[in-house]
Amino acid sequence: MSVPPPSTEPASSARTVLDADEIARTVTRMAHEILEANHGAEQLVLLGIPTRGVPLAERIGAAIGQVESRAPRIGQLDITMYRDDLRNQPTRTVGRTRLPGDIDDATVLLVDDVLFSGRTVAAALDALKDIGRPRAVRLAVLVDRGHRQLPIRADHVGKNLPTATGERVHVRFAETDGSTEVAIERPGDGTGA
Amino acid sequence: MKNLLSAADLSVAEIDSVLDLAEEMAEVQSRPIKKLPALRGRTVVNLFFEDSTRTRSSFELAGKWLSADVINVSAKGSSVSKGESLRDTVLTIAAMGVDAMVIRHPASGAPAQAAAWTGIPVINAGDGTHEHPTQALLDAYAIRNHLRRGNHDDLAGARIAIVGDITHSRVARSNVALLRTLGAQVIMVAPPTLLPSGVDTWGVEISNDLDAVIDSVDIAMMLRVQRERMSGGYFPTPREYTVGYGLTRERLAAMKPGAAICHPGPMNRGLEISADAADAASSLILDQVAAGVAVRMSVLYHLLGGEEETT
Repeated sequence: MSVPPPSTEPASSARTVLDADEIARTVTRMAHEILEANHGAEQLVLLGIPTRGVPLAERIGAAIGQVESRAPRIGQLDITMYRDDLRNQPTRTVGRTRLPGDIDDATVLLVDDVLFSGRTVAAALDALKDIGRPRAVRLAVLVDRGHRQLPIRADHVGKNLPTATGERVHVRFAETDGSTEVAIERPGDGTGA
Repeated sequence: MKNLLSAADLSVAEIDSVLDLAEEMAEVQSRPIKKLPALRGRTVVNLFFEDSTRTRSSFELAGKWLSADVINVSAKGSSVSKGESLRDTVLTIAAMGVDAMVIRHPASGAPAQAAAWTGIPVINAGDGTHEHPTQALLDAYAIRNHLRRGNHDDLAGARIAIVGDITHSRVARSNVALLRTLGAQVIMVAPPTLLPSGVDTWGVEISNDLDAVIDSVDIAMMLRVQRERMSGGYFPTPREYTVGYGLTRERLAAMKPGAAICHPGPMNRGLEISADAADAASSLILDQVAAGVAVRMSVLYHLLGGEEETT
């Protein structure tokens, strides 16, 4: 029996906004939206942003593969080295970048779990620029929690979740956290700082 | 990690972290645009008081590919040739506001001294006969990749012979420290005259007979015979050295299948390593050079990629 790794925050200290079934339905809807907007999966490359953008990209890709005859290419794009706050934090562990072949002239769909300030996405756009020249770049997120600090918006949103700045949104996937849910934690809840 | 002065200072976790990130850096090396913005605005000085091709070039490329500003100062053509002391040179460079120094010096301990004098991060790029930690890291990286291709997990349990001029070799000292930390079995093979005093305390096997061990090792790491550091009398003739301790065609043939050859460079072809061995399919020598930039990028990121020390 595999024991799920303990997540840093106990789920019980926060309110669950989406459970595993709701996330599955949301991902299916997003997959259809993405196909409709891109006229199919041809020339579509999904790049998940580690950590939790990666399992989300894989889930969306699998959902697209169930509708289309062929699944889109899926990879991952680490943006650690492109962050604008590297100097303000202890040295960050760099994740993996894995490109599923050439991205020139493809439509790249960046996939992340939560859209918040927009800085991660801005870093991802910088990272993409160094790797190739996609025909177009789109953004899909499971949760848009608002509070943007840059002029960035998502093309495909699983759930718009209005939040206060002090609240924390936790997206968990079975692949990375042992369970699948979106939870919102208010200041003072649980043990998290 | 504040400095990288000795391979002995590194824990298994730190070594793994450096080598794992080097894998990602190697991927960047294969891109058309070999540049990451991680160290934008940082300045690294390569301060080389000894000649170098590989180490200096690879540190320069590593810094530049991480978008740091890199300047090179060599003893020749600097105020060192006017008699400026190491301390004054180091303090002068530090006073200019640099973020890190990469130092190679003929005196053992010079980089550690520089770190103590300045308080800024220092990377030891080879000091006398003491250590050359980034060489050991890139050797471990190249060996690890080779072992993984052969479906081994990592270096734990691998049998590695370090052959030749151990006495004068900072590469050997750093490699022994690093490989032992990673759990490899290390065998020192050298004539008694080229084994340093105290080698029996290093926790390694020692042999004077290369033929007795060559068929049992996973890696044969051949060291350069450092004639520039020798004052003579270590072995009768170069020919005799080759007969006893060179990786000849015959010894290459005696190595077990899947075994590989390393050499930190520059090579004395025909002395410690034959052309057959240097150019063999099982030679990792060019892999080591290629790994040099990726590993040094990783080291620079580990030292400079996070918050600035406010002391």
